[in-house]
Parts: sequence; C-alpha cells; structure tokens
Amino acid sequence: MNPDASTIAAGAPIEVDIAPIATGQDIKVFWRGKPIYIMNRTKKQIDEARAVPTASLPDPQSDQSRVKEGHDQWLVVIGICTHLGCIPIAHEGNYDGFFCPCHGSQYDSSGRIRSGPAPLNLPVPPYAFLTDTKIKIG
Amino acid sequence: MSGPSNYNPQNPALKWVERRLPIGGLIHSSFVAYPTPRNLNYWWTFGAILSMMLGVQIITGVILAMHYTPHVDFAFKSVELIVRDVNYGWLLRYLHSNGASMFFIAVYIHMFRGLYYGSYKEPREVLWILGVIIYLLMMATGFMGYVLPWGQMSFWGATVITNLFSAIPYFGESIVTLLWGGYSVGNPTLNRFFSLHYLLPFVIAGVVVLHIWALHVAGQNNPAGVEPKTEKDVVPFTPYATLKDAFGMTCFLLFFAWFLFYIPNYLGDPDNYIPANPAVTPAHIVPEWYYLPFYAILRSIPNKLAGVIAMFSAIIVLAFLPWLDSARTRSSKYRPLAKQFFWIFVAVCFGLGWLGAKPAEGIYVVAGRVLTFCYFAYFLIVLPILSRIEKARPLPNSIAEDVLRKTGKTPVSAMIALAVGGMLMLGAADNARAAEGAPQPPSLKWSFAGPLGKFDQGQLQRGLKVYKEVCASCHGLSFVAFRNLADPGGPGYSAAQAAAFASEYKVKDGPDDKGDMFERNGRPADYFQSPFPNEQAARASNGGAYPPDLSLIAKARGYERGFPQFIFDAFTQFQEKGPNYIDALLQGYEEKPPAGFDLPEGSHYNKYFPGHAIKMPNPLSDGQVTFDDGAPATVQQYAKDVAAFLMWTAEPHLEARKRLGLQVMLFLIVLSGLLYFTKKKVWADAH
Repeated sequence: MNPDASTIAAGAPIEVDIAPIATGQDIKVFWRGKPIYIMNRTKKQIDEARAVPTASLPDPQSDQSRVKEGHDQWLVVIGICTHLGCIPIAHEGNYDGFFCPCHGSQYDSSGRIRSGPAPLNLPVPPYAFLTDTKIKIG
Repeated sequence: MSGPSNYNPQNPALKWVERRLPIGGLIHSSFVAYPTPRNLNYWWTFGAILSMMLGVQIITGVILAMHYTPHVDFAFKSVELIVRDVNYGWLLRYLHSNGASMFFIAVYIHMFRGLYYGSYKEPREVLWILGVIIYLLMMATGFMGYVLPWGQMSFWGATVITNLFSAIPYFGESIVTLLWGGYSVGNPTLNRFFSLHYLLPFVIAGVVVLHIWALHVAGQNNPAGVEPKTEKDVVPFTPYATLKDAFGMTCFLLFFAWFLFYIPNYLGDPDNYIPANPAVTPAHIVPEWYYLPFYAILRSIPNKLAGVIAMFSAIIVLAFLPWLDSARTRSSKYRPLAKQFFWIFVAVCFGLGWLGAKPAEGIYVVAGRVLTFCYFAYFLIVLPILSRIEKARPLPNSIAEDVLRKTGKTPVSAMIALAVGGMLMLGAADNARAAEGAPQPPSLKWSFAGPLGKFDQGQLQRGLKVYKEVCASCHGLSFVAFRNLADPGGPGYSAAQAAAFASEYKVKDGPDDKGDMFERNGRPADYFQSPFPNEQAARASNGGAYPPDLSLIAKARGYERGFPQFIFDAFTQFQEKGPNYIDALLQGYEEKPPAGFDLPEGSHYNKYFPGHAIKMPNPLSDGQVTFDDGAPATVQQYAKDVAAFLMWTAEPHLEARKRLGLQVMLFLIVLSGLLYFTKKKVWADAH
C-alpha cells in the first residue's frame, strides 16, 4: 500500500527556469504534489533574516544553512505549514516572509517559524543549481 | 442468546427450516418474546433509530457507489451528475449526506443516555466498549466519506487530519505516506479512502451484531437502574417495545425529512461545492459538525503530538468509564450530584463544539483550554470522586414499583435543551465562514424560498439571458447541459427551443476519421462551454484571478447570519444565502473605496466581497440587456434575475425536492399519529 511505481516516477526531479523571477518576486511550482516557493529575495529580506540570533528561534537554523552558497538571494522552500499542512501566503506577516491563514503561524524571509503553533521551519527540498538561472528540484 | 425460547412454528415449511437453521427461534427469542423492562422511556428508542440509520446509509451508499467515480479528475463531477442526472439521484445524495449527520445526532443522544443512566456499569462493560468501538469506526467512516466528493473541504480536511499522524514519533511519517499512498493527498488517497469507506460500514454492522448480543446477555438497563426481578417488571419486546421503537423511528424520520427536503445544505460547508484545489487553502478549514468538539481539544494543546494524544484520549477515555465511575447506583435519577455534573458535562461538550468552529485566536484559545480541562476532569476527577463520596437517593424496590410511582417528568425539556445546544454549536460553524468585515447581504424575497417555493420561469429565462450576454465571456457553466433548459422545474423551454438554443453554439468534437478535431453545432446533450480552455489561460486573461465556474456558485458561497438568526433559519427553511450574496455583490461596487482602504492595483472595491478587493470589474450597467417580456433593463433587475438563474443551475431539482418533501412529511405525520395511538392502546394495560 506504499506509493506505487507510477506515483514514484511522477515524483522524479524537475527543472525550473528562475530567470524570469525579478528581485522581490516569487513563484510557486509543484513537485510530488507539494507546492514549492522559489523566492528571489531583496537585500533587505536577506539582511533581516541574517540579523536574527539563531539560538532565539523556535527551530534554530541559520539563514546561510537554508540557501545555497553564492546564490543567497534564492530561497527554495516547501510551501506547507509545518503545523497542519495549509499553504502559507508569501509576502505576508510581520516578518516579510510567509503567513499561514489557517491558524496564524508566521514564517520569516528565510522560511523559519517565528510565531504561531507551527513547530518547525518550512522544509527545504533537495535542490541544486544547474546554472545561475536554472535549478533542479529533487 | 437469551430470552425464553418458546417458538413453535405450526407451518410445516417453517418447521423444516427451523430444524436446520433456527433463525425463526432466534428472531423470536431476541425480538418478540424478549423480556423488556416496562419502564423504558423514549431515550431507549435510539438503538432502533441507529440500526435504521445504518441501514439507510448502507443502502443509499451502495447505490451511490454505482454512479460515483473515485478519481481526482472525475469525483466531483460524478457526484454532481448523480444529483442532476441519476433518477432521484438528488434524493440519494442528500439522504446519504444528511443521513450521516442524523446518524451522529442519534449516536450522541444514545451515548449521553448511556452516561446519564449508567448503562456502562456492571455487567454491561463489554457492551459499552463495543459501543465505543462502533463510535470510532463511525468517525473513521464519516471522515473518509466526506473526502469522497473531492471538494475544497474534502481535500483540505483530508490534508489536515492525515497530517496529524505525522506527530507520532518514529513511525509517523511512514504512516502518513501509507495513508496518502503518495507524497501528498492525491489520487491514491482518494481511491483507498473509497475502498475503506465501502468496507467499514460492514465492519460496523458486524460490531453492532456483537453489541446487540452483549446487550441481550445482560438485558437492557432502565431509567431506574434497578434490574428486573419478577415477571411484573417486564413486557415482551413485541408488541410493546416494537411499537414504541416504530413511533420513535417515525418521529426521527420527520426530523430527518425536514433537513433532507427543506434545508439539505444547512449542516454542510459551502466550500465543499468548490472543486478541490491543492494550491489554494480555504480561509477557514472546519470539519463537519460532529467532529468539532474533538477539533477544539486538538487545537487547545500548543504541542503537536500532545494535541493529537489529547484528541484521541478524549474518545478512548470513554472506554474506561465503567472503572472510572464505580458508584453502585446506576441511574443519575437517584444521584443528585452526578446529575448536575452530567448536565455541566453536556454544556462543556456543546461549548467545545462551538469553539471547534471558531478561529484559534485570542479568547477562543483560552476558552478551549478551560473546556478541554473540564472535559477530562469530568471523567478523571469528578466521576471517581463522586463514586466515593456521593450518597444516592433511595432506589425503588423494583421496576414495577418505579412504573407505578411515575413522577410524570417528561424528557421533552431535555430534548429542547439538547436541541438548543446543538443549534448554537451549528451557528458557530456558520460564523467560521464569516466574511472578514464584509456586511451581511440584504435578505431578499425569492420565489423559490420556503416549503412551497417554485422558480419563476420568466425570471430564469431573463437570468439566462443575462448570463449569456454578460457573464459567459469569462465564466463557465460546465455542469449545465442545453437539454436542462427544457427540464421540468427549470426555465420552461420546450425541447425544440433547447435544441435551437444549443445549435447557436459551436462545440469541439472529434477525432474524425482522419484523426482531426472539428467544430460542429451544439446539441441538447452538450454542456455549456467554458470560455477558457483551462485555469491557467483564465488567470492569464484576468490579471491572475480565476473567474469561477458559476454552475454551483449559489451553493458555494455563504455568510454569517449571526445569533439567533441562524436558529430561526432552520425553522424558516432559509437556504438563500447564495442568491442573496450574488445579488448584493453584483450591486455592491463602489467607485471610491472608503478613506484608509488600500486598494491593490487592478482590483475594484466591492462592499460585499470578502476582503473588499475583487478583480472582476463591475460587470453590469443599466440598459445592457433588453428583456423580451418588458422587465426593466436595470442593474437591480439583472442582479436579481441572474442570481435566481444561478440558484436553478445549482439546484435544478429544487421544485421536485420540495414537492416530494411535502408528500413525505404529510405521510410521516399521519404515520406517526397512527403509531402513537396504536402504541398508547397496546400499552394501556401495561401502564
């Protein structure tokens, strides 16, 4: 009763062209049925995320560990609230990150949980930069 | 089993069967000669009512399954096709959906009866635990059933509840993947839920057999809590209990019929009339009302795993009741303290239910925590302490004595209390869908409202014209076929007129013998086409917003009616929230948003749209559409007519439903009257 072969095949890695995403914009793609936010962060967003002392976070993680080196403005996270699975809205909330309308969890511009009932940061899916403008998710 | 087996058939055929398979004797000893306490009140008829409801759900479910397609691309449409095209499909669907609610109402009453009268005490512990198992199975069945129509609430409710299992340490993620059959709620999930939803009711039936067997071993409890001692304490099940059960079942059917025929969507969520969209989460995810108290308990605990444990414990704790409450006196009738705490517990349950529908913010969270504590305190603190310290009032010596000194207190007041409490809880579910800050649309008079409501054919035809000339450029109507225009209870076109209407449209068909797709004129069997080939094209042409298909819009929108209005709505059969909203929205545009309102680029200010910023520009203007029947060419007229038309597209069988409803209600009223007087006559010598 575990996922069958066709489901697993449909979950094969995808390539996304990120050139059209301007600074401050984000897109949502689907991989394995899950929505994935690809966000081109502004300098302000990156600085805000890095200014936070990591130890003070509910789920301590540095911003640097959640992005790829040399591509710091690109945030790639699975857009599923770690509380009960709703899709948080991008560019909302007090931290210029994500806001989940279901129970009010707020994530910052690094996708980390800051307030609300969600226990964990937005997960980062496995991905890699094929070129500066193309990533492979999965 | 138990009961005197004095069954002696005279008929030779029956004698032949009886010798080989003594079913006749079994039925006779269990349901005819079976000794029943003579002081049972109407709270004892709910066992029969529950058996009836299980039968109703299984029969309607099996027939629905003949027409339903459990695939994500077809499920929603297959349910709509059942409602629209299958003979009496609308009746089957509403029987099943409202039947589920009725099933849960009956089971909660049945459980509260057990709590009050101590029916879980020795020697009925196993009977009680079997009941808890049945309840758990019912909850699983109900949850999976709600997922099947694959509406927005189906999908997101499934997402939230299956995610709960990820809280289990170590195995959690694997369990969730197994439940999903994939990486998220998707087609494998729907398919397996359908399989299990078909299976579990038969498991329930099996456990019900065990439940009735356990009951017959111990015999029924009774309101006095005193076991039968002599012949004078009991009456044979038939005709005494049979008739009482029949009367109880008929009254319940009357209650059921009221919802089924007149307010079939009262207990449901409008969001489930929107096809599931994995990319869009509804603003308020609310389970069906029968899960609300447990949802409130889940959300009360800030820790994910602890919340899940608390929620399941709230049900499991019931199984331990016979040992938590060790008081010797069974019935709360003779336990004044226990009685008071029982009613407080009932209020706590309603309170939790009400909170379950509210957003998890502010005072609601605090109240939820307090009531969760009270809920568990009742089982883990109050009942054990009361068993030790409470002094019960003196019990009657026997059931016969209890019958003779009847206090005459009717359960009516209790029923009313329960009913009011229930309604308040439902009202909260209503509020959950409240528009953020949007005012209530004015309540208009609609020709199709009320028990004798009918569509105004002229109005439907005008509304169709408004749709065709204004709305159809962006909005699809894909569940309506051209032939429906000639259906009874609709705009009243003839078959020829419907065919002519259809032929004005060009429809893509094919492939032809060369393998090419081609265009041809529409036929009555064709459906209204969507103006865009898919959602992405629709969004691209409309500034990122998707003009929704309008077939079901009148049932997919709702708003808060407020307390106590929503209680009156159940009695006045108010089902017109959708048309009120549509009419108000179409006239609710304002040139200038109020001071301080930040209107995003490309949006328009609308008084009634949740959030006030709607992407659709004002579609209506005076004189835009001319009507053949001379009706005024005003925006007000267009809004009213198109709203009525959309109510017809959403509920094409409304008139048939209300007509049959009247016949069924009259029949049930007469039947209940006859059964009541028969019951009184038969019981005359027993009282």
